[in-house]
Amino acid sequence: MPFIPHSESDVRAMLAAIGVDQIEDLFDEIPAALKAQTLQHVPAGLPEMDVARLMRGYAAQDAGVLNFAGAGAYEHHIPAAVWQIVTRGEFYSAYTPYQAEASQGTLQLIYEYQTMMTRLTGMDVSNASLYDGATALAEAVLMAERCMKKGARRVLVPRSVHPAYRKTLRTIVDLQHIEVVEFDFCHAGATAGGIAADWLARQDFGAFTALVVPQVNYFGVLEEVDALTDWAHAQGALVIGVINPLALAVLKAPGQWGAKGADIVIGEGQPMGVPLSSGGPYFGILACKQEFVRQMPGRVVGRTTDLDGRAGFTLTLQAREQHIRRAKATSNICTNQGLLVTAATIHMALLGPEGLRRVAAHCMRNARALRERLAALPGVHVPFERAGFHEFTLALPVSAGTVIERLADARILAGVALDEDFPELGNALLVCATETKTEADLDRYAEALGRALR
Amino acid sequence: MSEIPGDLKFLKSHEWARLEDDGLVRVGISEHAQSQLGDLVYVELPGVGDAVTVGNACAVVESVKAASDVYTPVSGTVVEVNEALSDKPETINEDAYGEGWIFAVKPSNPEDMEALLDPDAYAELLDEEDAH
Repeated sequence: MPFIPHSESDVRAMLAAIGVDQIEDLFDEIPAALKAQTLQHVPAGLPEMDVARLMRGYAAQDAGVLNFAGAGAYEHHIPAAVWQIVTRGEFYSAYTPYQAEASQGTLQLIYEYQTMMTRLTGMDVSNASLYDGATALAEAVLMAERCMKKGARRVLVPRSVHPAYRKTLRTIVDLQHIEVVEFDFCHAGATAGGIAADWLARQDFGAFTALVVPQVNYFGVLEEVDALTDWAHAQGALVIGVINPLALAVLKAPGQWGAKGADIVIGEGQPMGVPLSSGGPYFGILACKQEFVRQMPGRVVGRTTDLDGRAGFTLTLQAREQHIRRAKATSNICTNQGLLVTAATIHMALLGPEGLRRVAAHCMRNARALRERLAALPGVHVPFERAGFHEFTLALPVSAGTVIERLADARILAGVALDEDFPELGNALLVCATETKTEADLDRYAEALGRALR
Repeated sequence: MSEIPGDLKFLKSHEWARLEDDGLVRVGISEHAQSQLGDLVYVELPGVGDAVTVGNACAVVESVKAASDVYTPVSGTVVEVNEALSDKPETINEDAYGEGWIFAVKPSNPEDMEALLDPDAYAELLDEEDAH
């Protein structure tokens, strides 16, 4: 459908038809005190030439920086073919696929995406995606409460889950009267940086609906997912896995955690073909076991046959979405991140299972190699020795902010400072090395950090 | 319009209630409701032992185009649920007033039945809805 704006005479005719003098009068219902007269932080419009110059300036700030920051958004190589295909008009301009007869290609693509996600997670069903990882966690918690009919309206969330995810979760579920009970990760010994399953088993948290298990956790550390899953199930609770889809190429699928597997799996989809783009848009993954599908938010594309017996695709399980069920919908999210899912699906299809495994293994090798190099520097140590994926925590002799500033001079983005969210960790820096880094890059970082600490 | 069995009472929201010899009230959705919903694909049943009050939504019927709450016409305790609907929700489409019952309540207030519509009043309600 083309976008054709109303002409002035259209607008006049419509206003005359309803007996209103001007468009502003349509908003009379809103008390004047609530109206924002001017938007303080939004500057006036600029000519195209000036906008282009402004954006080139912003782009230059990022250009040529060697990036070792992760913390939930990761730099990966995206084959050039991915966005070349995504930006084809058929994908790029297509809106949400309500009309099955008009959007078989989009529907098939989402169906393929769902299939790939169920294979990576070991779950039975995946939805067509949500907005991002953090909101997907909130949706999973709301879903868990619906699944457990007489849920405790309490969820257990370790502090090893991304701080922004925990904040988003609380923002969304507080008003639904669901209590988010945070508990600490282990700070010493062999399990430092993760949840100590044996410690957890000795705690009494009272009744709870679900345990959130991050794999890989915020510090890049692998959690004891089998023991944690079995413990939560033994307490009569559900398990919500928070995953990185790329890491699942080399890790055990959440569907195989413990004796019965995780019940709901969510994650940030960005590592699969979505550029960093200064923080978004990204997309959220949500998958679950078959028995919970009726409580799953979002939409699902199903494969079916038409009247002539030909295979085709259609939206299914829509009946619980907002446009039909209104206030009683499973979620107020009634859409999906179509374009980003398109990129992810093409990305995964191009790499294939073996390609994804190689990328993931390369990330792990690079992170391990960099960790060894940095830990050898005087005054630097690694507080969490548990095995990890492509990220690790460093304890520094000076503040992480200082190190980040000094390395920025050498055009290196050193990582993410942890002092604000985890003051107890002291001068801690979260460092990430993906497959995009070469041996020379790792050397350059180690040398620059060595100089910065001298 | 098919015949409405005379022993049924109705809510305006299209649930039926039948007081049985053993004192239980069996509940389902009307022929009209099932035809409006279309092919049912899922029924979410209440739990046996649930205490319910008139006006409570205690089940959900879901078709390919809508999911609707089922309200209980009487207060009391849910004593039976139609488990067969889990595998064959289409039973409601095929036999709304018989095999398609959804749950049975042991009523705590027998007068609840008197507040419901009789078949004639319900048929009138449907005529009015048609007229709109």
